[in-house]
Amino acid sequence: MKMNLNPLRLASFKIIVLFAMISSSALASDFSFTPSVTTEFRYFPESPAYDGQLEYFQPSIYFSGEGRWISKDRKKRLQFEPFLRVDVQDDERSHFDIRELNYSQRFSNFDLLIGNAQIFWGVAESRNVVDVINQFDEVENSDETDKLGQPLIRFGKFTDIGRFEVYYLPYFRERTFPGVDGRQRAPLTVDLDNAEYDEGREGWAGDFALRYQHQIDQFDIGIHVFTGTARAPFLKSNGEGTSHIPIYQKLTQGGVDIQRTWDAWLLKLEVVIADQSGDNFTSNVFGLEYTFFDFSNSGIDIGILFEGLYDNRDENKTASTLFENDIFVGARFTWNDFQESELLFGAIIDWKTGSMFSSIEYERRIGENMKFEVEAQYFLAEDSEPLAQFERDSNLTLKLTRYY
Amino acid sequence: MRKLFSFIIMIGLFTFSSFSNAETSQEKGFRIAAKSDRMDNGFGTSIAKLTMTLTNSAGDSTKRELEIKTKEKPNENVGDKSVTFFFTPPDVEGTALLSHSKILDSDDQWLYLPELARVKRISSSNKSGPFVGSEFAFEDLTAAELGKYSYEWLEDTTLDGLKVDKIKQIPLYQRSGYTYLIAYIDKDINQLRKIEFFNRGGAHFKTLTQSEFKNYGGTIYRPMVQQMDNHLTGKSTTLRVEVYEFGIELNENEFKSSALSQL
Repeated sequence: MKMNLNPLRLASFKIIVLFAMISSSALASDFSFTPSVTTEFRYFPESPAYDGQLEYFQPSIYFSGEGRWISKDRKKRLQFEPFLRVDVQDDERSHFDIRELNYSQRFSNFDLLIGNAQIFWGVAESRNVVDVINQFDEVENSDETDKLGQPLIRFGKFTDIGRFEVYYLPYFRERTFPGVDGRQRAPLTVDLDNAEYDEGREGWAGDFALRYQHQIDQFDIGIHVFTGTARAPFLKSNGEGTSHIPIYQKLTQGGVDIQRTWDAWLLKLEVVIADQSGDNFTSNVFGLEYTFFDFSNSGIDIGILFEGLYDNRDENKTASTLFENDIFVGARFTWNDFQESELLFGAIIDWKTGSMFSSIEYERRIGENMKFEVEAQYFLAEDSEPLAQFERDSNLTLKLTRYY
Repeated sequence: MRKLFSFIIMIGLFTFSSFSNAETSQEKGFRIAAKSDRMDNGFGTSIAKLTMTLTNSAGDSTKRELEIKTKEKPNENVGDKSVTFFFTPPDVEGTALLSHSKILDSDDQWLYLPELARVKRISSSNKSGPFVGSEFAFEDLTAAELGKYSYEWLEDTTLDGLKVDKIKQIPLYQRSGYTYLIAYIDKDINQLRKIEFFNRGGAHFKTLTQSEFKNYGGTIYRPMVQQMDNHLTGKSTTLRVEVYEFGIELNENEFKSSALSQL
């Protein structure tokens, strides 16, 4: 078993655990921490496409937990979520992150949030083009759902015409990528030690964002602007052509996200207009969701999802995307039972090339303290398409989580 | 002609006076339900910590701990706002549901999913759907709004030794899961003791029993135990109040969807 955990990161993990223990004793019953351990087993039925990639089985284990403390007057809150994965095969996937360690307080006229946080913006299911605050933890899963904790300070204010938020993001976090052993990567690995930055945007350059949210009857509306370092890097081959150098570019963008909730229909729209390293482009998602409640008296709710994706960026200049001209179709089955069983199916298809990424996920609770999840991913693409590099990486993943 | 006119006036007056003297069963039903409902007026805000026990027909059970914050709307034609926060089971810890209840329309509802830190507006056009896998439907949890039903008083009867009024309630919300409810309101402290639910097929399929009433000052009472039995499936759900707090300062902003991630 290969392990390459950064000792500095492990030290900070110990400090945080210590901090959590001190706070839990000092704050007595008000602080709660629920640790969890997940055993994960990934199986790739096909042999790998590139040298060095693991064959067939990728077992791993991860430790996480949810901690929170709330003051008696309910105005102060501390949140804590550490994450440590140990992967037997890919040492880039063995990593530690502080998903959340933040303090927030509501004052009479405004509220503040300080620390490492997870912030979600958006309304769509397949891709959230407006969701710019956190970096993706790409080594976790290629589906852009896992995010690294982002250090930030947020000032928020409710007014009669909606909520305003100002974000200062002091430190930039680089994207994680699978190592040479990992599946779901390009033929060349990403050289994480030699990342380059445009216009000195490295490290503590600092990003800013403004966010406005409001609800009017059936409409939930969000508007944002962001200026700082793009989360998605432009990947450039190094001199020898042996690896990719990630280049983090300057990004300025504005966007809106709107959902109309009308009867059993949800109508969704996310639009972003961006300037990334001189390339002007727009990224869009338009979506519909309809739910058949208690389908044919079965007690099961079935949601049908349809989304259209469009992105016209110039991939010679800026970070590439797999979602240029795509449609997403999906279905969600919710059993409404004790175990909260849920099945989610989705496929993203490029309507120009026919490339497809599809997945099916099922989860249910076992007893009171365990959860079982299974996910199958399937890739299909023409050899000339970017997605073709994942084509041998269709897989089945089983996860069992125990909460303490 | 003039005689005919005065005759009509007299008939009119007679009809009017007969209505004002004798209360119809509809008026009586409404009056009793309104009295029961309005005893509760002025509670302002409340926070309830609850344990929900779900039991299936085989007798297996599972528990959930949750907290419901409610802000009362003084106007009877506007629904209350509430936030339900889940502590257990651990895989859903931190999940929160915000409801802006409406009297006759679909409620506005948002779900906070802590795993993604995502606030999602959800469709709530099915008020008859189950609340987190329990035997309670969403519409049962907001059932206390007076304007949601039309009423008809049926009879005086007794329930577990208590003198009660038996009242038929017909939902005015078109997509209710019920054709009608039979409610039993006691004559002593005017509280809802039992409700029988009749489904779209007209069958009596669920019964809610409320017990262990506790007084929280003035005319405000709360049942410490609410048990919903489903007679078709054999499943039941019990909601037991662990702690009730009233009059806590809850800002209107705490009931906005954009505050849901800050709980």
